[in-house]
Amino acid sequence: MTGISRRQFLKLGAAATGAATLAAQTQKAQASTGVGVDPMNVPSMLIDISRCVGCGACERACCESNGLEPTEDELGKLGPQVLTVPVRHDLANDKTRWVKTQCMHCLNPACASACPVSALHQTEEGPIDYRLERCLGCRYCMVSCPFGVPTFEWQDGLTPEIHKCMFCIERQREGESPACAISCPAGALKFGTRGELLAEAHSRIATSPDVYVDHVYGEHEAGGTAMLYISDTPFEELGFRMDVPTRPLPAYTWDVMSKIPYVAVGMAVVLGGASMITRKRNGWQDHEPDWDNDTSSEGES
Amino acid sequence: MLQDIIMLAALFILRVIVPLMLVVGIGYALMRRFNGVQLKFSPGFVLALGVVLALWSMAAITIILRMARGIGGVTNLSDATPFGFWIGFDVMAGAMLGGGAFVLAGLVYVFGLEHYRPILRSTILTAFLGYSLLIVALLIDLGRPYNIWNTLVHWNVHSVMFELAMCVMCYTIVLAVEFSPALFERLRWRKAWKIVHAITLPLVILGIVLSTMHQSSLGSLWLITPGKLHDLWYTPWLPVFFWISAITVGLGMVTVESNLTARGLKRGLHQDLLGRLAKANAVLLAFYAVVKLADVVARGKAPLLFTPDLNAMFFWLEIGLGVIVPAILMAQPKVRASKNGLFAAGALVVFGGILNRLNVSMFGLWQFTGPVYMPSIMEISFSLALLTMGATVFALAVKYLPVFPKEEHSVTAA
Repeated sequence: MTGISRRQFLKLGAAATGAATLAAQTQKAQASTGVGVDPMNVPSMLIDISRCVGCGACERACCESNGLEPTEDELGKLGPQVLTVPVRHDLANDKTRWVKTQCMHCLNPACASACPVSALHQTEEGPIDYRLERCLGCRYCMVSCPFGVPTFEWQDGLTPEIHKCMFCIERQREGESPACAISCPAGALKFGTRGELLAEAHSRIATSPDVYVDHVYGEHEAGGTAMLYISDTPFEELGFRMDVPTRPLPAYTWDVMSKIPYVAVGMAVVLGGASMITRKRNGWQDHEPDWDNDTSSEGES
Repeated sequence: MLQDIIMLAALFILRVIVPLMLVVGIGYALMRRFNGVQLKFSPGFVLALGVVLALWSMAAITIILRMARGIGGVTNLSDATPFGFWIGFDVMAGAMLGGGAFVLAGLVYVFGLEHYRPILRSTILTAFLGYSLLIVALLIDLGRPYNIWNTLVHWNVHSVMFELAMCVMCYTIVLAVEFSPALFERLRWRKAWKIVHAITLPLVILGIVLSTMHQSSLGSLWLITPGKLHDLWYTPWLPVFFWISAITVGLGMVTVESNLTARGLKRGLHQDLLGRLAKANAVLLAFYAVVKLADVVARGKAPLLFTPDLNAMFFWLEIGLGVIVPAILMAQPKVRASKNGLFAAGALVVFGGILNRLNVSMFGLWQFTGPVYMPSIMEISFSLALLTMGATVFALAVKYLPVFPKEEHSVTAA
């Protein structure tokens, strides 16, 4: 009697796992590369480091647009109140360069693939947005980000938030440019679609090859980012990570995650089979306690 | 207001009761030594109680401060190092130490090795307590723990963290059900016992599948950090290594836990069973060491093994002292026959396992972040408080529930 119910249960379990596999497989197609944005059409920004004078207008425009009020100690690096900041680099030859840092808005964002509840998620348009009401504050996005962008409110007890640049997605939806892009007085920032900005970047490098380094940072890094940098100084001297893989980062975990349903079902089948064989050989060992003579409790009754 | 009251109570325990107990404990120990005074409790018990109470008061203070001042107020975490000791030790090592439960349950129920049954229930209890405390630690470590239910609603199947959350939740429930017959025997709930008994086998298989998934996923967590995690540890095989080490260290933990129980609660020790497990574990550990080293060599990172730096030191401590040495020890029949020898070998395996998890989650990231993170006193004391809570509940469960089989009373007392 119990044997049958046990077998039925096994079958039920196998069916359930199979269903889970199917569900996982259908989800795989649509989401393995974020929402699948067109890498030439996403809103992007070209940042020309050779033109940046470090005035900080972009940072002020960002604060104004996003209602941020950084304190004196928070300035100089990304933080909850600093979503973009020109970082100063004093070079060996007495030159100074400024690198505007903010979220890179990867085409295949590691953070969005890492977030267990898709609080950080890629919007239809391309930029990575944040849904506070979903966030657990697990901070795995910060671990996964290859550029160290997301920041956390470490001093907030019960309602800490993740902060990063959202590429002014609300302004973009109203047809405006991001606040920083239109604030730059030096012409170092240019907002547009990624395709036209890539062409522009390469043509700038081609017209003055003795000025620019022949590299568009963000063209291939982390599978491509919406933020594109060109520079007259080698990127490694400006604190850029040169070891970021060109393979999209979500692929590294998806390699394993995509195999889980097969491993799980395979294991359940093998173990189920093994237990059947064991059962046939040994019979079912019943360990029913002697209910009348108290076997269980020691101290009492 | 409530916060102040709890704070005052915790401080009262920490500042008044604990020192009193320490004084009484030490004083009693001295009196017994010189005057032969005998009371009903041992001085060790009073001392241990003092230490435990101190840790628990610290934990209470930590929780209050974490609520009031944020995670940054009690930990040394920063934007550069968002995961720390609570994730590395409590969650990653905690899950690994509970790995013995799925291995032993599989051996007994799936492969019919009934002779391991006497140590099965205590192993499942250890794992259940370990996972419960892991969840407590995680809830303290999460920034917005009240949003945890979102994982049930908003699935992101691409997130390792999502899969971990689901598996750990489900597996904790599985462990609770696997242990529940002990409670039903005590309460004499015959019907409930029979129902659980009928579904035990599928439940065990489900538990093994869930364990395989989340033990490996704890390694997959770090696959998304190429270039951040040091090359000695970053490998596409991380999830497989995590799974193997969950088995070896889980079995090592069975030895340690059995020995601690035998010593602490004056119970018999199944030396023969532990010896058999150790014999198998020696093979597994040797295999693990070989594939770990082969992986480093195959990726062309062999020179890193011999670079005199912190990373190489941590790696060799982990693999040498924590895997190779106990493998050799456990291969010796003499060591397997000796209670202390096997205990020591098991403890080394556990040490190596914990160090591996800390290497992957903390030390291996130093080359990228710089050694900016070391756990604060509060982080460590909170983790230790959780450990002592687990031990306390374990001791109570052994006292009031049939965790060990009855014939054990006649087995040689330790």
